[in-house]
Amino acid sequence: MTDYNAKFNAIEVTDELIAEHGITKEEHGIMLDIMGRTPNYTELGIFSVMWSEHCSYKSSRFWLKQLPTEGEQVIQGPGENAGVVDIGDGQAAVFKIESHNHPSFIEPYQGAATGVGGIMRDVFTMGARPIANMNALRFGSPEHPKTRHLLSGVVSGIGGYGNCMGVPTVGGETNFHKAYDTNILVNAMTVGLADSDKIFYSKASGIGNPVVYVGSKTGRDGIHGATMASAEFDDDSDAKRPTVQVGDPFTEKLLLEACLELMSTDAIVSIQDMGAAGLTSSSVEMADKGEVGIELHLDQVPMREEGMTPYELMLSESQERMLMVLKPGREDEARAIFEKWELDFAVVGKVTDTRELTMMWEGQQVGSIPVPPLVDASPMYERPWEETPQQDIIAASDVKAVDSLTELLKTIMGSPNMASRRWIWEQYDHLVMGNTIQAPGCDAAVVRLPETKKGIAISVDCTPRYCLADPKQGGKQAVAESWRNLTASGAKPLAITNNMNFGNPERPRIMGQFVGAVKGMSEAAIKFNYPVVSGNVSLYNETNGIGILPTPVIGGVGVIDDVSKAVSIDLKAEGEDLILIGETKGWLGNSVYLDTVEGREEGAPPPVYLDQELANGDFLRGLIDDGLVTASHDLSDGGLACAAADMAISGKMGAKLVQPASSDVPAHAYFFGEDQARYLISTKNAAVIIEKAQESGIPAEIIGKTGGSDLKLGEGDAISLAELREAFEGWMPEYMAVEL
Amino acid sequence: MKSAVILFPGTNRENDAIAALEQASGVKPQLVWHGETDLPKVDMIMVPGGFSYGDYLRCGAMGANSPIMREVAKAANAGVTVFGVCNGFQILTETGLLPGALMHNASLKFICKRTQLKVESNATNFTSAYETGQVITVPVAHNEGNYFADTDTLDRLEGEGRVAFRYCDEDGVVSDATCLNGSQRNIAGILNEKGNVLGMMPHPENAIDPLHGGVEGSPLFTSIVNSLS
Repeated sequence: MTDYNAKFNAIEVTDELIAEHGITKEEHGIMLDIMGRTPNYTELGIFSVMWSEHCSYKSSRFWLKQLPTEGEQVIQGPGENAGVVDIGDGQAAVFKIESHNHPSFIEPYQGAATGVGGIMRDVFTMGARPIANMNALRFGSPEHPKTRHLLSGVVSGIGGYGNCMGVPTVGGETNFHKAYDTNILVNAMTVGLADSDKIFYSKASGIGNPVVYVGSKTGRDGIHGATMASAEFDDDSDAKRPTVQVGDPFTEKLLLEACLELMSTDAIVSIQDMGAAGLTSSSVEMADKGEVGIELHLDQVPMREEGMTPYELMLSESQERMLMVLKPGREDEARAIFEKWELDFAVVGKVTDTRELTMMWEGQQVGSIPVPPLVDASPMYERPWEETPQQDIIAASDVKAVDSLTELLKTIMGSPNMASRRWIWEQYDHLVMGNTIQAPGCDAAVVRLPETKKGIAISVDCTPRYCLADPKQGGKQAVAESWRNLTASGAKPLAITNNMNFGNPERPRIMGQFVGAVKGMSEAAIKFNYPVVSGNVSLYNETNGIGILPTPVIGGVGVIDDVSKAVSIDLKAEGEDLILIGETKGWLGNSVYLDTVEGREEGAPPPVYLDQELANGDFLRGLIDDGLVTASHDLSDGGLACAAADMAISGKMGAKLVQPASSDVPAHAYFFGEDQARYLISTKNAAVIIEKAQESGIPAEIIGKTGGSDLKLGEGDAISLAELREAFEGWMPEYMAVEL
Repeated sequence: MKSAVILFPGTNRENDAIAALEQASGVKPQLVWHGETDLPKVDMIMVPGGFSYGDYLRCGAMGANSPIMREVAKAANAGVTVFGVCNGFQILTETGLLPGALMHNASLKFICKRTQLKVESNATNFTSAYETGQVITVPVAHNEGNYFADTDTLDRLEGEGRVAFRYCDEDGVVSDATCLNGSQRNIAGILNEKGNVLGMMPHPENAIDPLHGGVEGSPLFTSIVNSLS
């Protein structure tokens, strides 16, 4: 008889091998204490992935605990596959954002595609049907030789997966900066819809209950993906291509339908998708949450290749797989559903009372690890950090004024970071499901809930240059901008998911950025009652010691009771008044203006005054609900002038904006300053709005009128919309038309 | 009107199709699984959009060989109204119910956008509620919508009035510049010889709601209902 333990664990576990698995000296000691012996090869692989940064959050956990995660709207906060928020009428929004940065740089199409696949799985594992996808992308400088290839591959990968799944990709953001030249960011977000009393969790229970594997077969792809995602890149990163998983959206579509069909019965005890660290993290998480053990018969796992070992099976990150615990005796019913959808279904183990993760092969034990210490004793680092030094405040009067504001506006609207993203979102099916009320290009996407008047508004936001200059203000600003974008559409913001993309946390300066961003985000989230219900951390976004800009992306979700009241950014009719809500001091520090005109990326970023944000936003939401607003746009990059340009271009309607005589801000700062807590709206009811604003003490002024075919900034400075549109729509298609 | 919607495992626009048929006829269509060998008795069959079997071989190639499509072909030949949209159009060409083929878009990219179509004639079962020459706005969402057929076939389609829709601009001008996916002669939708089968790449079922892309797809479904009553 074959001794499978000897066969599969023949590789001797030496100190060198342990170190090669990314386990530090300190962790090595803890591991020996847990096992009471040297782990075998299979067990070592499990420790390695479970204790990777990606799975253990060992650098970030201490700080993440500071984020507010509770609120009356929260059904499930962080710790499950996705966050769950009550949206009323017995329904819940289930959502999460997740990064696939490292794989997307190595293999952009598959990296991005499997990122989308993974996040959708996280959502439907909870029992929710995905109804919208979003993404936040960061690429290197447009001049970098790899940028076109990466952008093109990532966009087709996102489209390829989401389009086939039949889930609309309704928006996102894309930016370019040289800091991402060799570390792009691909953050994918999915929002799903479920009945709030039918949410599925991962907690295993019922000693003896069958553990079932469904979905695709397991291959050798993605082994050590989680470990790769927890290390810096160097010049040999391309050699890591085999650690990138390959996606099959058709299989995932089948898995989605099969899971939802089984979920409509009561056969499932618990369910967990196999994402990073595959079978290992899914089984460990289920056992840990349920305070039970799990025994896996690895020879029963459906395999794509001959001769796979327990080590490979436990570490594979093959896509489109799920693990579930069923009620006893319900296997046949479940099997019939998965066979109907032509998916693999295998009973691979059972729930035990040992609190061990035990791995078997043909009845023989090939490894066993106690689950509680594997999870709880994993190291948590309170890494040393340095506060980011404050930058000087740059006075508007010290920044060069330009001769023509509209000429500059054209330059900015046609620049890589401000130009239209149509080239991207026309490759995403944003209309499937027939409920996309506000499509890409708006402040927030608005998606109607099937067979209701209600809708969900979604936005993803971050301004990394602010975060670099002042991580705390930047973190606050990301939350505030997300809240503003939802508000500008008329929705009530409910909760957020965050994707913390940073460099190497072992550098105190980088850790300081992380700490600052968490503090700023917490402050804003508490103020807005806008808690964090799920999220993801991606560290080590560095190559050869050079890190990315700190990029804490916020995915915000809100609800709007009647989608016919949702307001978009496009100007609708001639002769309407334009009202600017919020105070304009002309903040040019770290602005698009300063960078464009003087080539300076510096200065303190605009401060975020949370009281003002809350007051101004609540005021606008009330106006929208009263039907007083025909178009609305939050002010962010490029300030008032760029917001007006967006509204005019998308509405194919000119406008004239005039700085009020009462304002003593220099004109260039008035039109391009990036003061926060501001919105530009169009209305037929200006007098009513101004009166209401005065009653509530909200700064609001009529600053212009819609009409004509030009955009005018002040007297005598005009640009035709056609010219502006050409610059805005022209940049990306021209850029991407260059042969790779 | 009694209708059926065919479901493949990778179909993803079935709910959009169901909504459009229900809106026009007041009756919910029946759903028919691809593995079925019997069609319910219906007046009209819709083959909706999606990725039938993943479209890994060639779009619609495997869908065309599924058990239910044999029944759909029989029904079509017997005069039942059949309407294929997007992947449904691809499947209908693969089954031979409609001539030609749908190739990769000329741009080699997926295209999702609202586009203008010219209604070539309102003397068909699918377009009677439009005016001849009317310009309508409906979305497209496809990667392989580039219609190809040989010159004889194209001439015959045009000669027999079987081109239902062409890609055009807002003023109804049909030109190379308005042909978003490279289709021959800007063809967006065609009829079979008998006029009871229509295949088209654009999605009229996604233009039936003023809040979601307008209502200029609705008359197509109204036309079908009218032709059958």
